[in-house]
Amino acid sequence: MTGSGLAAMLLRRLLLGLLTLLLVSLVVFAATQLLPGDVATAILGRTATPARIAALRAALHLNHAPLAQYGLWILGLLHGDLGNSLVTGKPILSDIAGRLYNSSLLVIITAVISLPIAVIAGLAAAVRHDRATDIALSTVALALSALPEFVIGIALIIVSSLAAPHVLPMVSLVQPGHSPLQTPRVLVLPLLTLTLVVFPYVFRMMRGSMIDVLESDYIEMARLKGVSPHRLLIVHALPSALPPTIQAIALTLAYLAGGIVVVEYVFGYAGIGEGIVSAVGTRDLPEIQDFTLILAAVYVCLNIIADVCTVLLTPKLRTRRA
Amino acid sequence: MTILHVFFRRQGWLGTIALLLVVLVLAVVILGPFLAPQSPTDSVDDVFALPAPGEWLGSDVLGRDVLSRVLSGGWRFLTMAAIATILGVGVGSLLGVTAALRGGVLDEMIMRLADVALAFPQLILALLFMSFAGSSLSLVVLVIAVVHMPQVARTLRAAALKVVDEDYVRYSRSIGLPQWRILLLDILPNVRTTLLVESGLRLTFSIALIASLNYLSFGAQPPSADWGLMIHENQIGIESNPWPVIAPVVLIALLSIGINILSDRLSRGAKPRLAASEPDDAA
Repeated sequence: MTGSGLAAMLLRRLLLGLLTLLLVSLVVFAATQLLPGDVATAILGRTATPARIAALRAALHLNHAPLAQYGLWILGLLHGDLGNSLVTGKPILSDIAGRLYNSSLLVIITAVISLPIAVIAGLAAAVRHDRATDIALSTVALALSALPEFVIGIALIIVSSLAAPHVLPMVSLVQPGHSPLQTPRVLVLPLLTLTLVVFPYVFRMMRGSMIDVLESDYIEMARLKGVSPHRLLIVHALPSALPPTIQAIALTLAYLAGGIVVVEYVFGYAGIGEGIVSAVGTRDLPEIQDFTLILAAVYVCLNIIADVCTVLLTPKLRTRRA
Repeated sequence: MTILHVFFRRQGWLGTIALLLVVLVLAVVILGPFLAPQSPTDSVDDVFALPAPGEWLGSDVLGRDVLSRVLSGGWRFLTMAAIATILGVGVGSLLGVTAALRGGVLDEMIMRLADVALAFPQLILALLFMSFAGSSLSLVVLVIAVVHMPQVARTLRAAALKVVDEDYVRYSRSIGLPQWRILLLDILPNVRTTLLVESGLRLTFSIALIASLNYLSFGAQPPSADWGLMIHENQIGIESNPWPVIAPVVLIALLSIGINILSDRLSRGAKPRLAASEPDDAA
């Protein structure tokens, strides 16, 4: 039955995700209706000529009723027409592709670097539960999780500029049309920041679930049978402790989709997060709407992946009748 | 015995250090504005001058005295964080506990709404609303409070669900006490630890969000002195005079770490194994 049960679960999750996106798009759209007074005037300022205001009104479909405006926006999105930026006048699609690439690069490399570190640290802390290693690592994680992302980023900038001036760039400028991989030095500080941001969540989940598993009867049994400590840890305990961690990892990646906003801004790294902040700064309405919705879509997808991974990895959930 | 001594016996050295950190930063925040040697908004020196006697942290991007700006720049954003937390935790926990108590359709509605709200990065949600409604400080507080509500509601609902079927609640129901009295007198006292821990977590989170918004310059506006905004303004001059960046970064970091460790201690103290080990007035 598991096949059909899984399919049903997946379908339900997808529908819920679509519903969420629909609601998010409504919120994003409703927020634009909050602009006091006429949107076009609010964006262009009171000194704008009537002709420019009329042109902007047409571009933003402002002459239609709110519901029609919403419909035209969504219809455009579904056709791959994201509209034009109000600031540069260029199609948003071309801008967003580069930014999406830069941001995914950051998130993927962060995941590759930080997840193994956090998982291994979590294991080490669980094995030495309540001893010096555990207390030290847990305290570091607790402290890190309290810090706002930009504080970690700025602290790293200060440390690197004091310890080794001019070795690492304080601003991660990426030329449009170039990959950050061509100038890897600009990636170092943002990656380090995100690694520290992500570490506590995965670490805690790994530590917590491993401690639970290590205290369970079947591990006690294996220990009494004389299974070697390493084999006990890797072969017996790890498979049970991993599912919650995998879920934490997927949730962390989803969190990163939001967390990169500030970190990219700190380093002036041309990703989608920095794009949102500058679009908000210039009140570039179409950009704000499109960027936010795309980020929300990524977020929702990663959440679905987190749920599916959890079900696939947990026999009890996998075989339960849906 | 002194209060600090009792605290140390109960919370250990880590908790005590955390408490001292929080008290220290709060002292700077509260007493700071009265101790500032210069006006926080007047230019008194060259741009990014290094520390010197009389200007212990040098000057900032507009030649203003960094020490005076640091001393004056904490109270506003901290007050905002506190109000946002109280508002968010207050309304959120009311929603959560009511959902648990009433059950049925209301419960379902509140929780599904929370699910949707949680399916969206919160900083971006805050940014979105701020971008359109302008950057008024009361709006920042309101937005942050709203951003907190779903998670608080979820946590408090879970805590209250453990209590709603207890005999004393059934008794109160059976003698026809109104819902609000059951909520206040039976449920709330029994979820107070959860409430306290959640408040601590939310306060850390409020501080982070508001400082971030100020750093992104969507909250506090120039020329006001504010830690987040200071970091933003002076990031460009780190190599000339790093102090206008270092000082606020360190203060925000110490405060957040202190509060987070305290609420973590609190949540551990709630477990009976640890709470039972130390009688209240033994010291």
